[in-house]
Amino acid sequence: MSVRKPLPRWADLILLPLINLCAAFFVCGVVVWIIGENPWVALMVMIKGAFVYPGSLGYTLYYTTNFIFTGLAVATAFHANLFNIGGEGQAYVGSLGILLATALFAPYLPSIFVILLCIVCSALMGAAWALIPGYLQAKRGSHVVITTIMFNFLASALMVWLLAGPLIQIGQQSPQSDLIPESAHLPSAETFFGWFGLDIVSSPLNLSFILALIALFVFWMLIWKTRLGYEIRAVGKNQDAANYAGINVSRTIIITMTISGAFAGLLAINEVMGVQHRAILNFTAGYGFTGIAVALMGRNHPIGIFFASLLFGALFQGGAELDFEFKSITRDMVLLIQGMIILFSGALAYMFNPALSRILTRVWKGGKQDD
Amino acid sequence: MSNVTQKTSGGSAACYILELQKVCKSFGLVQANKNIDLQIQPGTIHGIIGENGAGKSTLMNILYGLHRADSGSMFIDGAPTRIKSSADALSLGIGMVHQHFMLIPRFTVLENVMLGSEGGALLKLGRASTIAKLKELGQTFDMEVDPDLLVSDLNVGMRQRVEILKALKGGAKILILDEPTGVLTPQEATQLFDILNKLRVNGVTILLITHKLAEIMAITDNVSIMRGGEMVGHRKTSETNPQELAELMVGRKVLLNVEKPEAMPMDVALTVKNLGCFSSRGHKVLDNLSFEVRAGEILGIAGVSGNGQTPLMEILSGMRKPDEGSFEILGKKITPENEVTPNIMRENFIGHIPEDRHKHGLILSFEAYENMILGFHNSNLTGTKKTLDKNYMLEHCDARMEEYDIRPRNSKLLASSFSGGNQQKIVVARELYKNPKLLIVGEPTRGVDVGAIEFIHKQLIALRDRGCAIILVSVELDEIMGLSDRILVMNKGQEVATIRGEDANAQNLGLMMAGISQGAKN
Repeated sequence: MSVRKPLPRWADLILLPLINLCAAFFVCGVVVWIIGENPWVALMVMIKGAFVYPGSLGYTLYYTTNFIFTGLAVATAFHANLFNIGGEGQAYVGSLGILLATALFAPYLPSIFVILLCIVCSALMGAAWALIPGYLQAKRGSHVVITTIMFNFLASALMVWLLAGPLIQIGQQSPQSDLIPESAHLPSAETFFGWFGLDIVSSPLNLSFILALIALFVFWMLIWKTRLGYEIRAVGKNQDAANYAGINVSRTIIITMTISGAFAGLLAINEVMGVQHRAILNFTAGYGFTGIAVALMGRNHPIGIFFASLLFGALFQGGAELDFEFKSITRDMVLLIQGMIILFSGALAYMFNPALSRILTRVWKGGKQDD
Repeated sequence: MSNVTQKTSGGSAACYILELQKVCKSFGLVQANKNIDLQIQPGTIHGIIGENGAGKSTLMNILYGLHRADSGSMFIDGAPTRIKSSADALSLGIGMVHQHFMLIPRFTVLENVMLGSEGGALLKLGRASTIAKLKELGQTFDMEVDPDLLVSDLNVGMRQRVEILKALKGGAKILILDEPTGVLTPQEATQLFDILNKLRVNGVTILLITHKLAEIMAITDNVSIMRGGEMVGHRKTSETNPQELAELMVGRKVLLNVEKPEAMPMDVALTVKNLGCFSSRGHKVLDNLSFEVRAGEILGIAGVSGNGQTPLMEILSGMRKPDEGSFEILGKKITPENEVTPNIMRENFIGHIPEDRHKHGLILSFEAYENMILGFHNSNLTGTKKTLDKNYMLEHCDARMEEYDIRPRNSKLLASSFSGGNQQKIVVARELYKNPKLLIVGEPTRGVDVGAIEFIHKQLIALRDRGCAIILVSVELDEIMGLSDRILVMNKGQEVATIRGEDANAQNLGLMMAGISQGAKN
């Protein structure tokens, strides 16, 4: 029953993630050094590849957009002490919402309404896909980790069948849907800045980045400013006390899961409406899983999630650049680096906590004696 | 046991079986033990008394090797000693009986006692010697237990005996008992004290940790008082009195018994009729219970913990549905068919101070101001805006903290950072704020310091005098007797008897709690 003083907020939110990040980079650096490359040069290439080269920032922010959505999905569930591993599947079926909305409304409504309806429908589809695991957890006690994983497979199978069958583009061999009507395309960053007479390099970055920033704000309002958020956090921290307080625990669990799924479903906006303009096979590409690391690293706080998403976006983009620049660093190497970061900031997120706590305590004590 | 080697070590000349000098221990910035000096004479019962958070448990954990002291020295039989683990402590003859028993319910008494000293890969040898040893100990100390019984079949008093036997079998000559009577009926406590007396006669030294002044006065030879991590006094029990001990514990004058004016019962606020309910395993935990409570009176519910009080409170507060019978609260009738939730109860001015504030009453990782609206987050306590108004909630919490003297006065502090007494005050402040017409109170002063007990008791009586009906569930008989106008005694989910508060004493309540109805029903 040892009593450990919790870290102060700033250390928990900023210092600890930074230390984890440095540890991950250090281990990667050692690996890079072992295969005979200069870790410092590799790091510089990565940073330049993520932020400096023309168009690279656009790519980085495009990835960031995806991670914000899936990170928010995981974080929402975390606040109710639920582990939503199904972001991948929820995002995947989110695309069906867009296809449905464009088919139903695009012929009749102006672009802005079509886009808004697409956003709503993708969120609804994601929510629906998370609703069933949420219901099973709340009412039947089936663990949401297991069911959301299973729903990932279900989503995958469903989408393969749809994209290779009913939804396949006529006259095409590859499993992908028809292009969505142009009224449902989200303007790319290039187009957007073009309206203001600014010329920027083309990249997949599009207006869904703004939507992601709005989502971050909505998430913050929801969790900390609304009664529902209070109930979600109460259920997450102490179900017995929530029940005592008259909060309907199973209802809150179901609602939380649907909101979580809705955030994940929004990922499809970026991919389908912003970039591909159609649903393609496996467009979720593991973003849902990386969202777990994003939420962990971002400490389930919107600001943290933004920076964690930016970091992973930079890693995805800069990592690809490494692949180009170095012969000995392959695509697998980049995966290793990403894996290390996930390991240190996700699985081992609190490994340095005791040491840091001890050091800080010593520093404070020393400071006090000086007074 | 009596020949203690007399060595002059660290300046101590007398023959103490255990001596601590300037022991310090801190966790982070919290100093749990500051320069603790303690001297224990062999063959005595030495009481250690102090409020929650005074550092008693830390000190005992240091003695038992669960924590290591930052500085200071320890002498056993005059010889300097370092205890690094509980195995060290056991080999030095220090045994501990924890507040929550460390027994495996599905093992027999014998298997539990053997645990940790099986005596080899095969159990046969160890078993024979353990049986012999158990028999010997049982006869010496008059505490025989059938070694083949399953621990899960034993009652709490017997389980405690097994714990003591286990410690003695390990060769303990110093026995540490942490709050041993918390779970016992008064009769069982008396039996325990008989055993402790026999142990003392046979040369075992006993360290008794408790917060109950009566126990200290009844059985100890010497007593040490702790407050805020420090030893504030050592007394010979025969030369002190409860008032002095209480003042030493709290550091100021306290009223041990709150003054209670005559009750003025008014209309019936709650009628319970033939209430019954089953546990998840199908046992009947509430059985045909009927009673009523009037506005302006306190009905105490006495009973050994686990005899139906918890389900009763859960049903009355809307957290659980009754399976049988019905009850009528302030004119609202509730039967097993009704939809009932804690919200509906709160809207009907029913307050509930739950018996386990860590499990139900608070969300420990929420800040104080968020806890101050728990259960009322849909009411106007969150401000007039559509969203939660943090400033409004903070002001509300600040005001309650002022009113109830909750310390530290910091509405943004996590609930877990408050002491037990202040945590309980947060719960009390919250539940009393809306002036409930019926208040269900469970263990209002469990783990609460003497000063806060006085305060909470005063609040409850003031609330009663404002016309609130109060149901008070407590395993502390002093509390029940001190506050209740009528007392209902429960055993196995049934009512044994209901008596008037002034007719109650520890003896007749104790018998009734054991299920023997001899008190006259009123």
